[in-house]
Amino acid sequence: MRGYSYGGRLFLPALEIARNHPIHDLLDKRLVIVTGKGGVGKTTVAVALGMRAAAEGKRTIVCEVASQENASRMFDHAEVGFHEVEMEENLWSISIDPDESMREYVLLQLKVRAMRDLLFRSRIFTYLTAATPGLKELVTIGKIWELAQLDRKVKKGRKYDLVIVDAPATGHGVGFLQTPRTFANMARVGPIHSQAETLDRFITDHEQTGTAIVALPEEMPVNESAALERDLRTEVGVAVDRVYLNGLYPERFSKSETERLSALAQDERGAARAAARAALSEHERARCQRAQLSRLRRRVEAPVKSLPFLFEPDLGPEAARRLSRKLA
Amino acid sequence: MPTLQDILDGKQICICAGSGGVGKTTTSAAIATGMAAQGLKVCVLTIDPAKRLADSLGLKELGNEARRVEPALFEKQGVEMKGELWAMMLDAKATFDELIARHAPDEESRERILENRIYQQVSTALAGSQEYMAMEKLFELHTEGRFDLLVLDTPPTRNALDFLDAPRRLTQFIEGKSLRVFMKPTGLAAKVAGRGASVALGVLKRLVGFDLLADLAEFFNAFSGMVEGFQARAKRVDKLLADPATCFLVVCGPQGEPIDEAVYFHRKLVEAKLPFGGVIVNKVHYPADQVPGEVEDLPASLAEKLGDEDLARRVAANFSDYQALSERDARNIARLENELRTKGVIRVPYLDEDVHDLAGLAEINRYLFATGEERVEIAAGRA
Repeated sequence: MRGYSYGGRLFLPALEIARNHPIHDLLDKRLVIVTGKGGVGKTTVAVALGMRAAAEGKRTIVCEVASQENASRMFDHAEVGFHEVEMEENLWSISIDPDESMREYVLLQLKVRAMRDLLFRSRIFTYLTAATPGLKELVTIGKIWELAQLDRKVKKGRKYDLVIVDAPATGHGVGFLQTPRTFANMARVGPIHSQAETLDRFITDHEQTGTAIVALPEEMPVNESAALERDLRTEVGVAVDRVYLNGLYPERFSKSETERLSALAQDERGAARAAARAALSEHERARCQRAQLSRLRRRVEAPVKSLPFLFEPDLGPEAARRLSRKLA
Repeated sequence: MPTLQDILDGKQICICAGSGGVGKTTTSAAIATGMAAQGLKVCVLTIDPAKRLADSLGLKELGNEARRVEPALFEKQGVEMKGELWAMMLDAKATFDELIARHAPDEESRERILENRIYQQVSTALAGSQEYMAMEKLFELHTEGRFDLLVLDTPPTRNALDFLDAPRRLTQFIEGKSLRVFMKPTGLAAKVAGRGASVALGVLKRLVGFDLLADLAEFFNAFSGMVEGFQARAKRVDKLLADPATCFLVVCGPQGEPIDEAVYFHRKLVEAKLPFGGVIVNKVHYPADQVPGEVEDLPASLAEKLGDEDLARRVAANFSDYQALSERDARNIARLENELRTKGVIRVPYLDEDVHDLAGLAEINRYLFATGEERVEIAAGRA
């Protein structure tokens, strides 16, 4: 880790903001799923939410699925893998691997070692776990659920107040979150049935589980976010608590100023012209984005909160920390 | 430096690949529009269920059938269209059902599969099934030969490569004959499988429940008659992907992560001996045309010109933010060109307005289809 410290001046305001303005409706839940399409900044928002919750004094873990290790990168940390690794005070991170989750599940279910060994060695088990549709998603959600239990199933498991999930991109709709119900329906009776039902109940319990959609201030992402919210509410039945509109440009110039800048862009050459044009571009984008922000507000039910575009080449922990102040 | 026109010359299939959120759908639509505008009959396929493509083509909705984009629409938006533009959105479930109908040995097995609960999950939820079905539809359309060019917008998988593996994975999946043997651990099968296996099965039954296992076995059973058909087809799809008339374009954004993924994806394509066409980097912040040394005095010189120190300071700050982004983009693209040992990276600038209609696609095409000189001119003209 580099570039920041707990005693550092940069950190304090975020801590104070978090303590004085706790985000009850979202961070008092046990599980928060951060979702949205690819490339909208889900990881950044998930990490920022984690920092905010940790600053509120909550023991928080940020989970990644599909082993991209984007969150550990965000913390400037080496890959964490399938381990609960402490990133900062009160803040842990894990990358949930489905194969490891499956293994852990079997270990918890079968107490007799000989039986486990037999199963792990058998071809049919290897085959079944690889081939059964949706099983990877199911055990991943199972692990998320396990992390969120106050009474952890894993031996000496740390108790968390809050689990934040950086969900997979929603290209395949809301399928990931529907997996437990699908399995509960597929296996009509038996252990998988009851466990899948437990997971589904947990996800759709509005007191315990919430979601935050991350969107971008552009025409199609706004449409998609509205559709995603509808699907999450009606098809999955999960609570949608917040829509974060990420990457909003600041409004740096007034309309009358842009008229002066247009004149400058026409009359001048070189850097002055380039700077004037950059200002006009920024103004135009900021204007379009504001229009998308209003569209989004009209089209979704959940409260919309905008997050500023960060003008820096590479986003690290300080960028996430700055965003963490703006999440309420 | 080859232009996109050169890259696509004589190609029948163009596959746009890349990670999510880099503008792949828009790029696919723009390429299809551009090639159609030049007189080809082009169809763009997307399997993104988010209906983005329909949005950008002014179609109310896209079905599992190709639909022609109204020629009048192009005229209305001032786009010259010499050929025909068609679009379709892949319905993975419908395609899978069609496929079952084609490969099932008889009516009874067909019905058995279509009604199996596991199948109903597989056809929509199995990782890779959408990707596989995209390849399948692509293959079917190509075989029909109705179009000069097919442009495929690949699904937004987290791993941009998933779709390449899809045919193989699906074939493996339905080859699961072994499970049937294990499900009937009596008689000959038990002897073949051995005692160990039947004990393992006992443990498994306890773990997942008999019901689910029985459903799975039934599913594999029902599929077993179709394995050969699937295998043969998967092989032909593989061959089509590797054909010189196919071309893979990698689409990415200028940030570090998308660039890393593009490099990785290019390497995988080369390893798999698939025809790599080029890279398109979207939303690039172009560097400003400027005299060295001028920027340091910018706030002062702007203040003088504008007669407003506060505004000058803000304009200069905005410019320096923008410059930082354009320097990052240039650095990342240089790294990309270096890794790929190419200078042929196609850049599309970050436009002031986002693209969501045909006029927007035409605007993008100015950059996508630019010749070498045009690219230099465009880069110099933008700030």
